[in-house]
Amino acid sequence: MNAKTDRGLKPKHQRLVLVIVALVALVGAGLLAAYALRNQASYFYVPADIAASPPAPGQAIRLGGMVENGSITTAADGVTVEFVVQDGVARVPVTYAGIVPALFVEGSGVVAEGSMGADGTFVADNLLAKHDENYMPRELEGMSTAELREELQESVAGAGE
Amino acid sequence: MIAEIGLAALWLGAALAVLQLLGGFLGAREQGSELTPLVRPAAMLQALLCAVSFGALVYAFAVTDLSVELVATHSHSMKPLAFKLSGAWANHEGSMLLWITVMALAGGLIALIEHRLPSRMMMATLGAQAFVAVGFYLFILLSSNPFKRLSPVPADGNGLNPLLQDMGVSFHPPTLYIGYVGLSVAFSFAVGALLTRNVTPEFARVMRPWVLGSWIFLTIGIAAGSYWAYYELGWGGWWFWDPVENASLMPWLAATALLHSASVLAARDALRTWTIMLGVIAFSMSMLGTFLVRSGILTSVHAFAVDPERGSFILILLALYIGGALVLFALRASTIAEGERFALFSREGALVVNNVALSSILGIVLLGTLYPLLTEAFDVRVSVGPPYFNPVSAIFFLPMLAILAVGPLLRWRTDSFRRIRLPVIIIAVVTIAVLALVLALTEIGILPLLGLAMSVGIAIASFMPLRGRNILRTPLPIWGMCVAHFGVAVALFGVAADTAFQQERLVAASPGDVIEIGPWEARMTSVSPVAGPNWTAMQGDLLVSYEGGPVRDAHPQARSFWAPQGETSEVALLTRWNGQLYVALGNMADDGRWQLRLWWKPFVTYIWYGGLLIAFGGMLALLGRVIGDVRRRSAELREDRRRADEAELAAS
Repeated sequence: MNAKTDRGLKPKHQRLVLVIVALVALVGAGLLAAYALRNQASYFYVPADIAASPPAPGQAIRLGGMVENGSITTAADGVTVEFVVQDGVARVPVTYAGIVPALFVEGSGVVAEGSMGADGTFVADNLLAKHDENYMPRELEGMSTAELREELQESVAGAGE
Repeated sequence: MIAEIGLAALWLGAALAVLQLLGGFLGAREQGSELTPLVRPAAMLQALLCAVSFGALVYAFAVTDLSVELVATHSHSMKPLAFKLSGAWANHEGSMLLWITVMALAGGLIALIEHRLPSRMMMATLGAQAFVAVGFYLFILLSSNPFKRLSPVPADGNGLNPLLQDMGVSFHPPTLYIGYVGLSVAFSFAVGALLTRNVTPEFARVMRPWVLGSWIFLTIGIAAGSYWAYYELGWGGWWFWDPVENASLMPWLAATALLHSASVLAARDALRTWTIMLGVIAFSMSMLGTFLVRSGILTSVHAFAVDPERGSFILILLALYIGGALVLFALRASTIAEGERFALFSREGALVVNNVALSSILGIVLLGTLYPLLTEAFDVRVSVGPPYFNPVSAIFFLPMLAILAVGPLLRWRTDSFRRIRLPVIIIAVVTIAVLALVLALTEIGILPLLGLAMSVGIAIASFMPLRGRNILRTPLPIWGMCVAHFGVAVALFGVAADTAFQQERLVAASPGDVIEIGPWEARMTSVSPVAGPNWTAMQGDLLVSYEGGPVRDAHPQARSFWAPQGETSEVALLTRWNGQLYVALGNMADDGRWQLRLWWKPFVTYIWYGGLLIAFGGMLALLGRVIGDVRRRSAELREDRRRADEAELAAS
């Protein structure tokens, strides 16, 4: 639009054009955001969810559960850790290359950010564990998935900071 | 005793706020009110009382008065003095007291110095300021009393979260709060202007320094917070799109938009309604940020309030203020007359694009931040991270950067492309040349590629408004704009270069091992225990050199604090002009080797240099505006005196 046609517009019309341009941009941003959120938000899974309906390999998700006793092994390179996350229903093997958080120990809760590999192993980019040793219940058996989810989310929500 | 004085001062302050609220709103009516003369003194006295109250709390922390519950739960006698003092605001109650103190100081300051606006509008503004303040006074006094006594007195305190025992973090909350609260002043002016139907360029000129000031503080606060997360978390990242980070980014985006639209209103008397709207939105975003951070909805080092009662209290305040302001806006917006017109191809037009883009990014960040809270209501847990925020906000950010390069070259009201053809061609050619060069030499993602090219283009464009001007006579605000825009280019360059070229190595090393990363070579010599005042640590000793140059020491630590217990990673940072080597020490592997994580981050420091340049540009502009105001005022005084003299002469 050039300056000449603009000057011909009535004040009301100019205001209207501005409002419409702004609205179109904002609504566009909103729609784009809604679309992207559906695709890019990473969902929280427990092993039972993964057993029931596995997410597509490569899709970013978060996996939460208990580190199975006796499952942590360190590879020969000294920095790759393999362990199993379980929730009393299902088990998921996890591999992670990096520095594990101080309170990442067997029998305690963990949330791993990453994605499923093609072979059914979860490849973690990041591990979150609570900076507090008093929070985790010793017994996991008998907890429903929902309860476990609740428990884990609460316990590790602060670990992201 | 000191604590009781603090509490009493706070109650008195609250009572004065009620007086200011009544006097302000009554005085805003046509007929005025007999309370009017009391409003300004009430605001000034409140500032004094709040300062006393806050001083009392800092004193209690300084001497570790354990009979005060807040001190007992958040401090420890063995903590270094600096962290004892900063502990005063590194908790929920103390930070709310800091908030109200900053707010009272700001209110006192406008009551003291601001005499340009019509009296009725000033009363409405101070009334609105008191309206916001009363809510926060009530919140503190009824649900978060920082001076609560504890009996019996414990032997020692609980200490401060180790992550917060850091100098950077000591100044981060006050900086952000000054920014947040400065926006409350802008909000009060907007409400005052709406109530008394005074949306004028004069209003914009009075509001602008406050927006500018709070924007400067927000910029510094965000840059400092980002640098803190970078070196304290030990993850090598500088922005995580964490809800807490977004909570500070959203008011900044709104303030940036408001700053630009207020300039249009001040200079050209256009965008009246839009400026008012932004004033409301900017403060709403500060409130929302406070709500997200303080309510306990998000658990993090920032979320102190686990008490759901407090969360609902803040939510009610939020609904009341934002809802009230939006209703007022909806009722009065139609009475704001249309401002001056302008062609779309003009400075105003460019600023409208800037505003729309900033608002869109704000909307995108807001939706992404709130989405997990919304889905949680349906028992679906999601987290939203960089895969959403980066590309979606870039769609609006990149066009905005293009406008940032060209907009300042345009004239107000209307302009023609022919006049700015040459500079635009220069900018475009440079940008495309850099793009082609980078594309030919490297293989990097599309966003960093565009970022690198545009950063160079904007760096050149940012000083083009000085073309044809006498450098010495150029007004400070113009310099401020150029420096701030150049800062955007510098920060963008840092972001793009770090994203595109950073290298990471993760190894398990024994003493004597040599690790190569990018141009660096690091030799690990030993790992040994060390102790600090309230922590012990394992410290790695490394000798590093850049491209075989002189050898430097690096000492990353893994610290364990005991009061309260916690682990932090103290990374070693080796800064060069062209980037940083980042070394974090991990755990000992079973075979006695130590885990080391190293990053070579080219030009990463430019991100924060850019942030500081942006803030410095803001300071130049603010200084220029203040000097201009003082000059204008003394000129008016002289004029008045001359007229009085003339009148006297004529009379005699």
